[in-house]
Amino acid sequence: MSEVPVWVAALVGGLSILGAAFTLLGCIGLARFNSFYARVHAPTLGTSLGSIAILLASAIYFTVSAQRPAVHEVLILVFISITTPVTLMLLARAALYRDRAESSGDVPLQWGEDIVVERADAPSEG
Amino acid sequence: MRKLLPYPILSLSLLVLWLLLQQSLAIGQILLGAVIAVLAARAFAALEPQQPRARKLGSIFKLAALVIVDVMRSNLAVASIVLRDRHRQQTAGFVVMPLTLRDRSGLAILACIITATPGSAWLEYDSVRGTVLIHVLDLVDEATWVDTIKNRYERLLLEIFQ
Repeated sequence: MSEVPVWVAALVGGLSILGAAFTLLGCIGLARFNSFYARVHAPTLGTSLGSIAILLASAIYFTVSAQRPAVHEVLILVFISITTPVTLMLLARAALYRDRAESSGDVPLQWGEDIVVERADAPSEG
Repeated sequence: MRKLLPYPILSLSLLVLWLLLQQSLAIGQILLGAVIAVLAARAFAALEPQQPRARKLGSIFKLAALVIVDVMRSNLAVASIVLRDRHRQQTAGFVVMPLTLRDRSGLAILACIITATPGSAWLEYDSVRGTVLIHVLDLVDEATWVDTIKNRYERLLLEIFQ
């Protein structure tokens, strides 16, 4: 650990806590929401703003303390952004397949109407 | 040359990526990175991908800026939903949206954008009908979501890829 100015330490600390807080909220949402499809949304708090804030804190710290250029953080963010949708789609399509096979829940059919929503008063197509 | 290095730009980017991750310019790392880059590009060629043609650098930057702002906004929205969830009305729902975009790279990027934005998730794309099934956590703003995706993202992606 090397010495950094106080304002940098405060900024890095604040961003780390912000990122951790959003990740925690994502985890709480994962536990609280009541359907599989609602649950898949919650962890994306951690993979978007949560990781952005923590990576930004890391980038600022290592740039100011001049230990290394902040390249790893950018790469981590890119890898997270392009791998999250793959996992999410695999899980969601598995769930859709199961729900369609069992005809359970309110899942739209594969060849259904153009707009399938749970509420009857939903406006049709944007 | 073409057979050995089917995707020179991809190979070069992989080599640069390898050296950045290793944080070293030692001759051994360059050799190892070069071997990996060439082999990975040949493996990629076996998938016979369409060559993506990205144009309009301005639109790319505009799209990136839009996505950053929207990711921030929807993070706050979903965080507040989590906090006041208990007695909330159930508003999550599915939306099937027709898309004009057909380019595979463009669709992949759109899927990444929609999934990276909390509150909306790309579930499946129907390539026959050109529709996508999206799950939205807070369907109160359904019109806003459809409008955002169709008019902001898809329009720019069409400019970039078609």
